[in-house]
Amino acid sequence: MAEETTNPTPAEPATAAKAAPAAKPTSPAAAKPAAAKPAGHAAPKGPPLATLTPELAQLQQHFGESIITPAPYVGVLVNDLSKLRDVMTYVRDQLGFDMLANVTAVDYIKEGYLQVVYHPQRSKGGQPITIKVRVPRGSDPVAPTEVAVPSLTPIYAGAEFQEREIYDMYGVRFEGHPDLRRILTWEGFYGWPLRKDWHEPYYEGDTKPFDSRWPGGHHELAEERVPWGDNVNYPPGFDPLNFNSDPDAGLYDSMLSGVPNAPIGPNGHAQQAPQPQGVGAAVSVYDRNYNTLADEEELQTDQIIVNMGPQHPSTHGVLRMVVKLDGETVTDLKLALGYLHRNHEKIGERNTWLHNIPYTDRLDYICGLANELGYVITVEKMMGIKPTERAEYLRVIMAELTRIESHFWAIGFLLNDLGAFYTPALYFITERDLILDLFESVTGSRLMCNYMRFGGVSRDFTEDQLAHARELAFDRIPRKIDELEQLLTENEIIKARTIGVGYLPAERSINYSLTGPCLRAAGVPYDIRRADPYSIYDRFDFEIPVFYGADVYDRYRVRVAEMRQSLRIVQQALNQIDQTKPGDIQAGKKAYNHRVPAGEAYGRVETPKGELGFYLVSDGGQNPYRYHVRSSSFINLNALKEMTVGHKVADAVVILGSLDIVLGEVDR
Amino acid sequence: MAEPTNANVSEEFQNDPRVPDELRNNVFITSLDKLYNWGRKRSMWPMLFGLACCAIEMIATAASRHDLARFGWELMRASPRQADLMIVSGTVTKKMIPQIVRLYNQMPEPRYVIAMGACATAGGPFKEGYNVVSGVDKFIPVDVYITGCPPRPEALLHSFIKLQEKIEKQSLRNVPWYRQGEEDVVPVPALGPDLVDMRRAQEIKEKAAQAAPALEQPTA
Ligand code: SF4
Repeated sequence: MAEETTNPTPAEPATAAKAAPAAKPTSPAAAKPAAAKPAGHAAPKGPPLATLTPELAQLQQHFGESIITPAPYVGVLVNDLSKLRDVMTYVRDQLGFDMLANVTAVDYIKEGYLQVVYHPQRSKGGQPITIKVRVPRGSDPVAPTEVAVPSLTPIYAGAEFQEREIYDMYGVRFEGHPDLRRILTWEGFYGWPLRKDWHEPYYEGDTKPFDSRWPGGHHELAEERVPWGDNVNYPPGFDPLNFNSDPDAGLYDSMLSGVPNAPIGPNGHAQQAPQPQGVGAAVSVYDRNYNTLADEEELQTDQIIVNMGPQHPSTHGVLRMVVKLDGETVTDLKLALGYLHRNHEKIGERNTWLHNIPYTDRLDYICGLANELGYVITVEKMMGIKPTERAEYLRVIMAELTRIESHFWAIGFLLNDLGAFYTPALYFITERDLILDLFESVTGSRLMCNYMRFGGVSRDFTEDQLAHARELAFDRIPRKIDELEQLLTENEIIKARTIGVGYLPAERSINYSLTGPCLRAAGVPYDIRRADPYSIYDRFDFEIPVFYGADVYDRYRVRVAEMRQSLRIVQQALNQIDQTKPGDIQAGKKAYNHRVPAGEAYGRVETPKGELGFYLVSDGGQNPYRYHVRSSSFINLNALKEMTVGHKVADAVVILGSLDIVLGEVDR
Repeated sequence: MAEPTNANVSEEFQNDPRVPDELRNNVFITSLDKLYNWGRKRSMWPMLFGLACCAIEMIATAASRHDLARFGWELMRASPRQADLMIVSGTVTKKMIPQIVRLYNQMPEPRYVIAMGACATAGGPFKEGYNVVSGVDKFIPVDVYITGCPPRPEALLHSFIKLQEKIEKQSLRNVPWYRQGEEDVVPVPALGPDLVDMRRAQEIKEKAAQAAPALEQPTA
């Protein structure tokens, strides 16, 4: 599994408390001398230099002084911002880290800087490396940082949304970003919500349990406590009768070129956003010949901009696609996200470690158990504990059943998008309900199972439940998958609608950080269960299905094949679980308050949607200092534009369906 | 009005010599209210509108096992103009509430709202979030609330039955949608530095002019 890239001392309290988010040097400038001579680390029990991975050592050798290792932290720090692009280009081209798994930021408020953290990885597999840069926070709480970080979009196309998110949450400016606007909140939002000194309207304390509730149990309605009597807050002097509310101006501006009589937004007429560059991007999407009929050019059709969503039957929730159409052909596409932004990360940083488990269920609410697994194994690595044998098996059984259930759902709704309205979905929901019955009988809930714990799971399977699982895994589901394939795989209409649609070749997919079935449908055999194994997946005999069409059809076929492989895993796990001790489901004592040693970790699992990563920073306390979710649904959407431009609008819906996004995970 | 029960009416009717024989067992007499409500309650068209996790359970409710069609409510419409019921199935965010209010305003009366789950009812697990509205009823009137996170499909069915009971009690003589005058339109909130409820604009303006709000607090 991924967990931490280097932190070799997960259980070591020495780096603890205060040292925590603060490398001992208190400013980036002060960090330099210490780092130039890495051997001279004064940090007590900081990781010895030998823990630098060979890649990082090579990087350091190549770039010399501009790269330092700020012990006791993981990874390396690029202290010369202007070198960042060179470093990352080197990392991509020379070291082979061709995929930017994750980008996020952390607000080290005491030290006065914001740290942007990159996790590049190899599509061939292995652990990601950690590269960081720092920018001063600046004094103005509502202005973005004065110092800008060079945007990595020209090197890794997958950075686009992630950088926008960092801008939105922390106010870090990215220079050279094609479209740096707020993404989860709206244009005009006051402040940078994930900064540590930004408080939400219902703010009660920095960390839970709040003094008012613990241990007395007293509580009051938040509305009665706050100045506005509601979950709102306005800057002083705000005049609600006279303000400019046009959150969409920037969005339309960025799409208007080429639209006749387009109104010019307040920001002036924006240029066409630059096209993605990087590996394989030589052919601009605009060069594709989508006007195959000669007459179409003579028709001189107007381009129009059409909003699909946030309330639209095809967008799988509250996603909003804004498409520019020439006739029926999509010539540009922008996404407006954040309609389900539930502030998962801000809440997660207030919560205790344990509190967050049920919240992860609500990320990708189709496959809650898979999300829980990602979170608990990341925290376990930081705490240095291991679950019991039986718990490992139970986790794998649950996670793989979740994958089957999620793929049933994804395929059903893909067909919905293809126009087979509801009938196929009804078949698959029936099967899914049978799996959910098992979840419910074991965990007490159909969707939000809250099942995994640090070091174990919350309940064991009874004999009956094991029998139920066996019946599903050995009899019912295999039959149903056969039936599904019989009905769909060779279906002429499905083939006609999906083959060649939404094509995105392997190298572009990698550059876009695409993960999950969509990447494997493009011929890249990248699955974290194999690429960077976690839990006990190394014990099972299974394959990673790969197809090479890189289109909607193959994304469908990968999912079907994966369901079969998941079944194999469940079957093996059910056979082996008898060798473990019933009831032995929790390592150590049950605990409510966990203290996680100071440090940071990036842990990831393969959920049905792709790579789900958790980037966690602990300052040694009961709450995460930073809690970031790297969600595949969100990052996969980066590639939607390139997949869609040139297709008809009806196909745009299908392509979106083939990505299988879940809005809870997109917007978090 | 003193409503005779149906049985009484039928008996009276059956004994009336003026009624021809062939009609005696084929005619029912009831009040207009009853007929009107009976028809309405069995042909609700919910809006095809999902917000978050609860929407998954709503879809499960509509699927074969729980089979919403038994209630005559299975015809989900994607357009608010064709719908009479909005099931607010999930977390209502500040970014989404202007759209929700607009959709509500577009639904023709009579219209009903079910707040499904903890989030739609009161903000749920995400209540403290800065982008979360503490319950959809801060903006639009709700007829039935269901608890749960998410509510089971059975709970959603229960809310339908509750709503049917509510409909049964309504009378043509005083339902709001036949009254004279303007239709009730909820002002659409706007997105400024934070969500602005236009009904409270004056109050907000006054308070903001004098108060130094919490955002300005120094950090610990
Ligand atoms: S009530 Fe629970 S299940 Fe429903 S939308 Fe809210 S978090 Fe999701």
